[in-house]
Amino acid sequence: MSPKELTSESFARYPVEGQKLAVSKIALLRNLPLGFVPFVLKEVIAYDWKFPAERKELEQQFSYLESLPGEEMRRQMAVFAQLRLSPALEASDWVDFPGQFLEQLSAQLWATHQMDAFRAASETYMQTVFAKFPQGVPSIPRLGIAVIGQGVVQKRYALFRKLSREGVYFHQVKAKGGLQSIMKTVNARAEAHTVPYGHWYIDGGETAALAGSAVTCVSYQALAPARAMLTEKMRKVYTSANFSAEALRTLLAQIGPQELGMSASGADAVLDRFAISLLTEGSGTQIFSTTFVQWAAREALRRAQPVTLLARYMPRQREKPMNELLLEVQAKPESDPHGSLIDGDMGAYYTWLNQQRLTGADQSSFLVWFEDHGEAVAVGPAFPRGTEERKSVEIHELLARVS
Amino acid sequence: MLGSGYLNPWAGANSTREVSRAISLSRRDFLRTATGAVAGSALFGSMAGRGMALPRSKKAIVVTFGGGARDDETFALDGQENIPHLLHDLMPRATFFSQVVNRGILGHYVATASLATGVYESFNNFAAVPPDFPTVFEYFRKDLKRPASDAWVIAPSNGFNRIGESGHRSYGAGMGAGVILPKRLLAAALPGGGGGGYDHLLRDNYESAVYSPAVGGHELEMQQLAEVLKLSVNDFAAHAKSLASPDELSVYIARQLMRHLAPSLLWITLHDIDIAHSGTFSLYLDGIKRSDRLCGELWSAIENDPEYAGKTTMFILPDFGRDSDISAGGNGFQHHRTGDPVSRTTWMMAMGPGVRQNVVVERPVESTDLVPTLGSLLGFNPHLSTGKPLTEVL
Repeated sequence: MSPKELTSESFARYPVEGQKLAVSKIALLRNLPLGFVPFVLKEVIAYDWKFPAERKELEQQFSYLESLPGEEMRRQMAVFAQLRLSPALEASDWVDFPGQFLEQLSAQLWATHQMDAFRAASETYMQTVFAKFPQGVPSIPRLGIAVIGQGVVQKRYALFRKLSREGVYFHQVKAKGGLQSIMKTVNARAEAHTVPYGHWYIDGGETAALAGSAVTCVSYQALAPARAMLTEKMRKVYTSANFSAEALRTLLAQIGPQELGMSASGADAVLDRFAISLLTEGSGTQIFSTTFVQWAAREALRRAQPVTLLARYMPRQREKPMNELLLEVQAKPESDPHGSLIDGDMGAYYTWLNQQRLTGADQSSFLVWFEDHGEAVAVGPAFPRGTEERKSVEIHELLARVS
Repeated sequence: MLGSGYLNPWAGANSTREVSRAISLSRRDFLRTATGAVAGSALFGSMAGRGMALPRSKKAIVVTFGGGARDDETFALDGQENIPHLLHDLMPRATFFSQVVNRGILGHYVATASLATGVYESFNNFAAVPPDFPTVFEYFRKDLKRPASDAWVIAPSNGFNRIGESGHRSYGAGMGAGVILPKRLLAAALPGGGGGGYDHLLRDNYESAVYSPAVGGHELEMQQLAEVLKLSVNDFAAHAKSLASPDELSVYIARQLMRHLAPSLLWITLHDIDIAHSGTFSLYLDGIKRSDRLCGELWSAIENDPEYAGKTTMFILPDFGRDSDISAGGNGFQHHRTGDPVSRTTWMMAMGPGVRQNVVVERPVESTDLVPTLGSLLGFNPHLSTGKPLTEVL
């Protein structure tokens, strides 16, 4: 099927809001090449569960494409139009399953050495759109906070190697009441600056009871039932006589909230869909809580573009060496606080990097704290890069300087 | 709809080639600091650092990391603590290529197959198919009329079971290397075939939890292993219980092969590093440290084995890198999906008789150059390879 053959009925199986959007843009969609239009439809089909920031970006891209004169449109789409696709891929159901189409497209681009050209064209396209619609600065400077190392008594690893180059390394932070101070700051920002999905708290264990109602909360522990259900579904496919990688990918792509015991509609539907995407699209998020927190923070920043984000890393399960696995097959999982500290250290750096990819980066601040210990790094306009501070400081004082 | 912004610390390096060179220079500068290595161009043609005279019977051992390791965690300043053996034991004996570019598909099986054929293979990474082009093992055995026992591959997962010989009509069946898949052997040796509780240990690869291709190819089964290596199933299972990882098992089998068959061409693909796909940075570092130690142990085994000492060239190279921290489309060390210059640019270390020691070669080379280099070294003609021999180690 060619994009030119799209009709309103083509989107009959789309969710309500997505269907409306697709039908309203059908004239544009018909003019896009097959190497591009599934990228658009992948976003449209999930439009009902998009965060406000994502919806805005999608609408801006539509506006941009609709504004292009015919010749300019052909120029912008030239690389995508020239992609060599297999007949089987062209014949696949890219309208109802754009995600699967893109996965196969990616494999073909690699196999036919077209990936580099595609990647360059994609980046050029995005830069052009961003230039056309400059993103405004956030209502308040962004603040990211990472809390790492819970459960570690004595560290055996040099922390903050990357982040300390970007700000001030504090060596004498008074740890008492640190988490409460951090939660208080997050809650205060959420209450003072009401932004839908603008303030996040992601926890690798249970969500702390201190989190306020204006804060969007996601926790590894709260998703334990969903993780168990998902793992069981994957196991069934994996062990079935008709197993195929395609079957498992299809399962993951089509899995809905009800199948994992979550709400399908209502106020939490957007967040539930977000949580499902963390488990079905993230690698390692089902098994390791540290990976879950890092990936959730990345996706929250990329998609919701919050002004406040707190990511707290808790000890993940320990990866047993081969000899232990062979000898103690049935042993219960243990936690690995020290390994989790190292995971969290890198995860904090990645969270800062992802925050810096958003607008207002020059005014954004970031704090990473070794929980219950005296070490922290603060990054932002108020903190000279690559410096150290050995004087004693309270966490609430640091928070006052970063927020 | 498509990817988003891009933070670029290689500011000023505005083309892929320049970025690759910037990476190379970073490695070179660090190596100079850490080991006192000198640039190859300064020594090229001289006898400085040259090892002993070439012996008549040559052997080669290739160690690939089927799970790339980045500079940040290896040759850059923060990474030096993870590779003490590569830096301090092996580098002083090695010629180091600081800019090895892989222009092919960044999937471990297809990339390793490309290393082994000297051609960028383009088959589906997750398909149980042989390489399209002849492998180094086929060239070696056909041109030099070597028996099957003289070329072996030890590989990490089921997906590699076809890597020993190609589907090329002039080569192929019966002309390649024996392939040993240690995890498969372990599964066969465990109670109940490795089922029930061992799934996690015996998982096929870290890149995709869903891949389990049909059995096929020229792989060694458990009973054959027992006959070839004089190793009982029980002894094998018992020894496995003393090892910390599948890569340690691979090196154990490599050493058994060296002891009992002394093959002239041995290819080992280590894979523990690829646990990075799980997103756990600490486990990724553990994998790098283990690979570093195992490389040191292999070289030590070579030097202490009369069948190998003084006549063996060892090559160590990752199949490719991993995504950079700065590529917005990726997630740093976790994957190798963006195709950015950091994920395509890696390094290679070569050491052995006649190879210059403690030398850094800065010019860009390609991962497909390995097979022609092995051809020149061992005396066969890989005529279908698109790579070029690396004259710096010949």
